[in-house]
Amino acid sequence: MKAAVIVFPGSNREGDMARALERATGQKPAMLWHADHELPAGTDLVVLPGGFSYGDYLRCGAIAGRAAIMDAVRAHAARGGLVLGVCNGFQILCESGLLPGVLMRNANLRFVCKMQHLTVERNDTAFTRQYAKGQVIEVCIAHGEGNYEADDATIERLEGDGLVAFRYCDAKGIVGGPANPNGSRNDIAGVFSEKRNVLGLMPHPENLIDPLVGGVDGRALFTSLASAA
Amino acid sequence: MKARIVVTLKNGVLDPQGKAIEGALKSLGVEGVASVRQGKVFDVEMAGADPASARAQLTAACEKLLANTVIENYQIDL
Repeated sequence: MKAAVIVFPGSNREGDMARALERATGQKPAMLWHADHELPAGTDLVVLPGGFSYGDYLRCGAIAGRAAIMDAVRAHAARGGLVLGVCNGFQILCESGLLPGVLMRNANLRFVCKMQHLTVERNDTAFTRQYAKGQVIEVCIAHGEGNYEADDATIERLEGDGLVAFRYCDAKGIVGGPANPNGSRNDIAGVFSEKRNVLGLMPHPENLIDPLVGGVDGRALFTSLASAA
Repeated sequence: MKARIVVTLKNGVLDPQGKAIEGALKSLGVEGVASVRQGKVFDVEMAGADPASARAQLTAACEKLLANTVIENYQIDL
């Protein structure tokens, strides 16, 4: 598994992401700069880390979505390559057109930073095969603009095609209501692309890979990816 | 040539910031406010003098970057 992490001005989770990838794959990921034009030959997985790319100016992820490297990321995704975007990376994937919809300001207008439960909607993907279908996992969230919105037709398509990856829930796995931290439509925390080779999610699995920080429920996402290629 | 681009949220898209401002106006005693929607204004100085080509360039700017057409509308005033 050869992974590449794209670093934008304002990214701040690239170190955690690189550590999680190295632990799972045994190989340090390549760190690429936003102004680069090419991915290293043989790249299996491209990761867009969390942070505040370009200061979140204009809209979250909007400027990063049009950065030079993103043409290479789009080409990689088009040929079936794996792409993961976490938090600001999810926002970038939506703004770049790699995933549908948009992340808006949290409905309660508050930045939320806390532990959060999620349901794993399906485990037949490169990202989730080492989870169980319907498993409740606990990871952390830290975002001000994680309120997933799309038009009704898009939401219907995502639901109908099984492209919702994770949903916000409580510790018992009950989805919705107070368990939804940001007002996301249908409690959506993450979505897949049509071919399920692109995943964007707001929570930070890369921060829950070590018992020292309170949990390891994020690990399986990275070990799933490591076994995928 | 000066241009002003106004980007606003489409109708029906929840605007939490607009709602917060609406609440603040009400608490300040400003009367008659039915609702508030927040948008963005871009003042752009175009180097050329041809309005038609400027409009075409600004439309491209809106479609490519300034507006997210999933949730936003834009209006160009030259």
